[in-house]
Amino acid sequence: MAEELPTQTFRVTRADLIRYAGASGDFNTIHWSDRIAKNVGLPGVIAHGMYTMALAGRAVSIWAGAPDAVVEYGVRFTRPVPVPDTDEGTEVVVSGVIKEVTDDGLTKIELTATCHGEKVLSLARATIRKR
Amino acid sequence: MPLDPSFAGRSWPATAPYLVGREKIREFATAIGATDAEYHDPEAARAAGYPDVVAPPTFPVVITMAANRQILADPALGLDYSRVVHGDQKFAYTRPVVAGDALVCVNTVDDITSRGGHDFITTRTEVSTEGGEPVVTVWSKLVQRGEE
Repeated sequence: MAEELPTQTFRVTRADLIRYAGASGDFNTIHWSDRIAKNVGLPGVIAHGMYTMALAGRAVSIWAGAPDAVVEYGVRFTRPVPVPDTDEGTEVVVSGVIKEVTDDGLTKIELTATCHGEKVLSLARATIRKR
Repeated sequence: MPLDPSFAGRSWPATAPYLVGREKIREFATAIGATDAEYHDPEAARAAGYPDVVAPPTFPVVITMAANRQILADPALGLDYSRVVHGDQKFAYTRPVVAGDALVCVNTVDDITSRGGHDFITTRTEVSTEGGEPVVTVWSKLVQRGEE
């Protein structure tokens, strides 16, 4: 009996990537320069993988009810999230399914994060302990 | 050039303490759109049982990414950063990071492999307080794409 968690949608614009670069200290040029991103074979500027993981982590924290309820959280980055230089940017949609509730009170969640309907994360899993 | 396999299994001395500031947590939380009071307001955080504002779950990467330069910036490893993409990332928490923490990192290379012309390096960073209290373990797998 897999329970589905409410889907969360996050809008991502270039301004968000600039803000995340500054806050995280990750100034990799592919996250702010179309020229350099295209030079390395990308369609253009892409979101930091860790930004996408942070958005999915927000969904996990919201479901868990508290940031300290998250016991374990891991993802694999499978596809880049291109962020066009428009007011709308793009959208990352995060959903989750409860896979298991263990005897010692841990809830195991499998996450799905998509951009334009394509999965951008795989093996995205969180373990939470409800307070 | 492949990565130097002799880095696998090696550990490095603990990094200098990173002092987690309240404003850095607020800045990071704002950047990911996390507006909940416990990330921003010390009173709200204390009411929720934290000693000060609490960091979102992926915040530790701010500390570990800088700490990992100890390994990744060593020319002997042979990593070409222009060909690196992030493969996997994982966090296992003992407790959340809070403002006021002074955190040290001990880096280990868990694994170095090559497959299909690509190189993979997995680092593990044990993040603890200066006093040795464990806080979070962070794994990061980087992929160095093969040269065209």
